[in-house]
Amino acid sequence: MTVPAEIKKLRVATTSLAGCFGCHMSFLDIDERLLELLHYIEFDRTPLTDIKHCGPCDIGLVEGGICNAENVHVLREFRKNCKMLVAIGACAVTGGLPAQRNHLDLADCLQEVYVTETSLGKGGIPNDPELPLPLDRVYPIQEVVKVDYFVPGCPPSADAIWKFLTDLLAGRTPRLGHGLISYD
Amino acid sequence: MSADLESAQHPETLRRVAIEPLSRVEGHGKVTLLLDENDHIRQVRLHIVEFRGFEKFIQGRPYWEAPVMVQRLCGICPVSHHLAASKAMDQIVGASQLTPTAEKLRRLMHHGQMLQSHALHFFHLSSPDLLFGFDSDVAKRNIVGVIEAYPEVAKQGVLLRKFGQEVIRLTAGKRVHGTGSVPGGVNKNLSREERDFLLKDIYQIIAWSRDAVQLARRLFEQNRELYNAFGRFEAHGLSLVRADGAMDLYHGGLRARDKGGETLFDHVNYDHYWERILEEVKPWSYMKFPYLRELGPEQGWYRVGPLTRVGLCDFIPTPFADQERRSFLAYDAGRAAGATLGTHWARMIEMLHSAEAIKELLHDNDLSGDALVVSGARQERGVGVIEAPRGTLIHHYRVDEDDVIVRANLIVSTTHNNQAMNEAIRQVARQYLDGRKLTEGLLNHIEVAIRAFDPCLSCATHALGKMPLVVELLDAEGATVDSLIRSVGCGER
Ligand code: SF4
Repeated sequence: MTVPAEIKKLRVATTSLAGCFGCHMSFLDIDERLLELLHYIEFDRTPLTDIKHCGPCDIGLVEGGICNAENVHVLREFRKNCKMLVAIGACAVTGGLPAQRNHLDLADCLQEVYVTETSLGKGGIPNDPELPLPLDRVYPIQEVVKVDYFVPGCPPSADAIWKFLTDLLAGRTPRLGHGLISYD
Repeated sequence: MSADLESAQHPETLRRVAIEPLSRVEGHGKVTLLLDENDHIRQVRLHIVEFRGFEKFIQGRPYWEAPVMVQRLCGICPVSHHLAASKAMDQIVGASQLTPTAEKLRRLMHHGQMLQSHALHFFHLSSPDLLFGFDSDVAKRNIVGVIEAYPEVAKQGVLLRKFGQEVIRLTAGKRVHGTGSVPGGVNKNLSREERDFLLKDIYQIIAWSRDAVQLARRLFEQNRELYNAFGRFEAHGLSLVRADGAMDLYHGGLRARDKGGETLFDHVNYDHYWERILEEVKPWSYMKFPYLRELGPEQGWYRVGPLTRVGLCDFIPTPFADQERRSFLAYDAGRAAGATLGTHWARMIEMLHSAEAIKELLHDNDLSGDALVVSGARQERGVGVIEAPRGTLIHHYRVDEDDVIVRANLIVSTTHNNQAMNEAIRQVARQYLDGRKLTEGLLNHIEVAIRAFDPCLSCATHALGKMPLVVELLDAEGATVDSLIRSVGCGER
């Protein structure tokens, strides 16, 4: 890409909900192409900046599914502010590995607490109001808000993320061809 | 101001300030401060606000899935979980001695991980505070600002991380969440072509790593008094060390020293770690609080990670890094080696060590050997411990005769540092925030202290040990209809 002298940068926000940051890592795996990308985009709220709340943005990239009430708030804030919302990675698309907890029977777990001696020196129940309420299940993000694009993979490769973003920047409909879509 | 700032007397009468979400750290956490009418700080807490339950839902899966599954705890240090789980599963399959190829390939993978994680933390996440100042312009205080103001530094950071990720790709199969390590060994070797591909850059990587140590040192020197005192606290330390006392990030025995430098235990086989370490739950965080059993919960908390490792080992077994270790320990009569912000310097020394270790390994022909996997008498219990980028990482599994995991317990690095991080931010609150009008810049001081630990709050949120499960019922619009809080304990060993 050659850089035009005067361009209006697209504003991009990213967040990790119930994800592992692997999708953010894969984004950074575009390596030195990041330096090039920064000619075209600027960051709003992301784990890389100290902006704590998302403002009006062109693109919102969401990693991770929804596992607690706070995730819901952040996701809604993203939807409200981002013209385009993208689910990045298996967790955002399907709930991913954290959704393995969806088949857990709470009663079984409750049972275990009363029959299992743990190695805890001092147990107790974290119940402080500062802790957001976990949801009964882990949800994919499209169950809570409308999502414009889904990029699968755990994580999607850096090349897939790069292709996706550069298509968008060039005004093309993003297309991930053979080798860029993975479902691991 | 109360002595420890952990719990205020009458929280309901105090004003609450929250730093939420914590930024430029990995994972989900927040800090709350409670202040009285005179802006005096009465309570400071770091909360880990999420839980996921890996320990529980890994139960019922075949044991060989663990190394691939559990790394999804953390996308920044997946290799650490991949390898700690593999080491535990080595015991399960009775592989008491790996082949040289397998062991060296895993070490190579681990050093790639150290390199990329330490580079990411220093350059992408923390350097903006250190280069621009803790209360500098929030719009510039990030990696983009560093790229603009210090393009050469930023580029080296990006390329150091890239190299580490390439080492991981070639040993584990892909950069994030690879599959190279398996119970009893590895599933591929390193071909000559792959080795040559890495060799062509390694000398540049070592040179840049040496520069990074000097940069960390310079930043410390420029603000020596500030860096020495900032968030400083005394702590016991814990890490693995090799049999001869050398730093060994992949394997060793447990060594613990108390605040005064006295050895509490040394070369302890980690197979029975619970005889040394217990954990405590506090109601305001999902992250547990581990402590050394012999000292008890009040006195026994400790620190892990780069600062502790560099101080605790007798030497680093690569020449440049060991030279840097000695000059770090000697600096300012040893004061830097106990400073919270000295951690950045120690972290860069470890990065240099990993770069040197990668070079040595790449020259070892064992890497292209063909003997990849061994096994022996099947065991029921496996414990794997490794020094991850952020500190000691413990994985513990029990597997039944049907090859199914029936118990899992993980103590991740950041959990070991839970109390230490709380101590650091309380100290910063006392030093800089107490009695003042809180500004964004002042609040960032709290985060600067947390960032020194490079916490992986993502890892730390997954353990479903003894935790409450809160079920929230949502209606179609997503509004809360009801919620239910229960205590759930999903057991240890
Ligand atoms: S999709 Fe995979 S890499 Fe991305 S957040 Fe989920 S577990 Fe991590």
